[in-house]
Amino acid sequence: MKNVMVRMKTSRQQWITYAFVIAAYIVLQILSGQKVLSSTARGMLVPICAYVVMAVSLNLTVGVMGELSLGHAGFMSVGAFMGTTAAVSLQGVIASAPLRLAIAMAVGAVFAAVIGFLIGIPVLRLRGDYLAIVTLAFGEIIKSIFTNLYIGIDSRGYHIRFLQAPENLEEGGKLIIGGPMGIGGVQKIATFTGGFILVMICLIVIFHLVNSRTGRAILAIRDNRIAAESVGIPVTRYKMTAFVLSASMAGAAGALFALNFSTIAANKFDFNTSILVLVLVVFGGLGNMLGSVIAAALLTALPEALRSFADYRMLIYAIVLILVMLATNNDDFKALLRRVIPGRKEEREDA
Amino acid sequence: MKKVVCMVLAAVMLMACLAGCGSTAAETPSSGDNSSTASASAFKIGGTAPLTGGAAIYGNAVKNAAQIAVDEINAKGGIQFELRFEDDQNDTEKAVNAYNTLKDWGMQISLGSTTSKPCEVTSGETFVDRIFALTPSASSVATTDGKDNQFQMCFTDPNQGSASAQYIADKALASKVAVIWKNDDVYSKGIYETFKAACDKLNIEIVSDTTFADGNDTDFSVQIADAQTNGAELVFLPIYYQPASLILAQAAAAGYEPKWFGVDGMDGILTMKGFDTSLAEGVMLLTPFNADSTDERTAAFVKKYQDMYGEVPNQFAADAYDCVYAYAQALEAAGATPDMSAEELCAKMIEQFTSMTFDGLTGTGMTWNTEGQVTKSPNGMVIQNGAYVGMD
Repeated sequence: MKNVMVRMKTSRQQWITYAFVIAAYIVLQILSGQKVLSSTARGMLVPICAYVVMAVSLNLTVGVMGELSLGHAGFMSVGAFMGTTAAVSLQGVIASAPLRLAIAMAVGAVFAAVIGFLIGIPVLRLRGDYLAIVTLAFGEIIKSIFTNLYIGIDSRGYHIRFLQAPENLEEGGKLIIGGPMGIGGVQKIATFTGGFILVMICLIVIFHLVNSRTGRAILAIRDNRIAAESVGIPVTRYKMTAFVLSASMAGAAGALFALNFSTIAANKFDFNTSILVLVLVVFGGLGNMLGSVIAAALLTALPEALRSFADYRMLIYAIVLILVMLATNNDDFKALLRRVIPGRKEEREDA
Repeated sequence: MKKVVCMVLAAVMLMACLAGCGSTAAETPSSGDNSSTASASAFKIGGTAPLTGGAAIYGNAVKNAAQIAVDEINAKGGIQFELRFEDDQNDTEKAVNAYNTLKDWGMQISLGSTTSKPCEVTSGETFVDRIFALTPSASSVATTDGKDNQFQMCFTDPNQGSASAQYIADKALASKVAVIWKNDDVYSKGIYETFKAACDKLNIEIVSDTTFADGNDTDFSVQIADAQTNGAELVFLPIYYQPASLILAQAAAAGYEPKWFGVDGMDGILTMKGFDTSLAEGVMLLTPFNADSTDERTAAFVKKYQDMYGEVPNQFAADAYDCVYAYAQALEAAGATPDMSAEELCAKMIEQFTSMTFDGLTGTGMTWNTEGQVTKSPNGMVIQNGAYVGMD
């Protein structure tokens, strides 16, 4: 009986999340088309989509799998660089920008998944704090690699060098990744619609995973690893599935993010970005995908909305963060929420 | 099902609220894209700069100096400016947001961004939006590369590297040099590469070539020891002043006393809080601006800046001051009026900047090529008794 209840709950949450994202997309698209949205708001739509994907994918690791990862920006970086490289390489080959964006995101996702798998082999043997620290270290390693990586392209194919630029590029060749300078002069092909589709795909994948046999195994491992192992659940395999999936989504988000700017450098994807994404997840609630979506949108828009406070805006941003954290953990506030939104009642009882 | 509908409605309301906030925050009576035509009698001039965070000293210098220039020009009558700066925290993503905020405000001509990487992003935006931009201090080549409406008031990075090597060779300062540079920084890397290439040509031997990066920029003992053991007579520091201040302090502690040679990023070291200026004694740097100059305009500017902000202005400030004056000269020559759209002004400014000659604090007879790069001659400066003194 309880099992059925849980399934109903998750499936309801799933549809609410889809509905929310679709509604938000339609409304924003209409407002944007009618020029009601300011340039600032329009400029933030794609980054918000990227952060939403980052948040829901990290939520899969932190909320569903229950392991604290502090290197999520590393996967975003892999996706950003590899995806952009793909997009730049295909510039003359494929005319359709949306198709190139889709390929870039797919390439970013594949590379990030491969890196995620390689990192997952040592990392997933650890637990708790140790895992957190090791993921942090891997995030920094990825950043260092990309600040020293050079990829050039000419008629003979790719030239990949470390620490220094390839010297022998042919006439008409192009340096795509230029070490610390990152990638410059990128054609901006990321669109809000592309971002929206990516968000929807990620949400569908995550909800299907969580509601599947695999998802229940992952949840079982999270709640009691020893008990799960004792009934024969292969812990490493399931954890790896979730980790790689999470990494590949971050890779796709990275490609989307990078293609929204004309230049991107590895410094952008540092420890601070990893922490920012973790803040989004905790802010929205562990395991709560809708929460992650809302948190990502709000916290990305907030610093811009606070521009009128000039020098004090990051201080106010921090204070708002603290107040929201306190409020959402306050029992009176929760009681109020329960009265306003009756649907949340059972959820709270279960939790 | 009813609850789902409820939630969706709530979501729609929330987004509508957000959207509403977004557009009212812009304040100006504008409707989307058409906002670039100002109704007032002043030219709206804007720029993004790191007003907070690690690079804030540059951003604030640019903002303050631009404000002084705008006030002076407005007081004269004639061309009127309205100036606005937005904080970009030296981050590309924030720079785009800051730029869009300025666009919503109705910016007609732009001062670009203060630092290189953000300016690379905003120059891409101004290029598409056809807003003319003249950056005071973003020195990377990529800023202006392939964009007809992007101009620079400062030297490009490669220019600085080769000019430094040339200067060292011309003055016979050293034959064995060490370089300590930051390998995850566009600015540092850009200067380093051309410096190295120029050294090879000029028979200057680089005996020690060491790097550092974000995160390991506090302990330089390895780099200093390497330079020392290889017998470098001069250490070239194509980096910003914070790490440079640490290198100077740690080298002094290690008893290593080579000649030090910096670039324009070194400017600001004397005004850095908590830095013992005696450590910088004898440091040479190549900069187009000398705050101790006896030139009348420079002296007046330095005095005014000191009175208003309590600091000696650095080269970034002087570049920003020049930018505003260059705009005033170009707008006047073009006969531009504030009711013109950004696009019209853009075409006029491109025409003016590629043909005019400008005299400012950072050089006389400055000209711009069609690439948007400036031509002016750098001066060698040396720090003596806590102040810059011209070397020639």
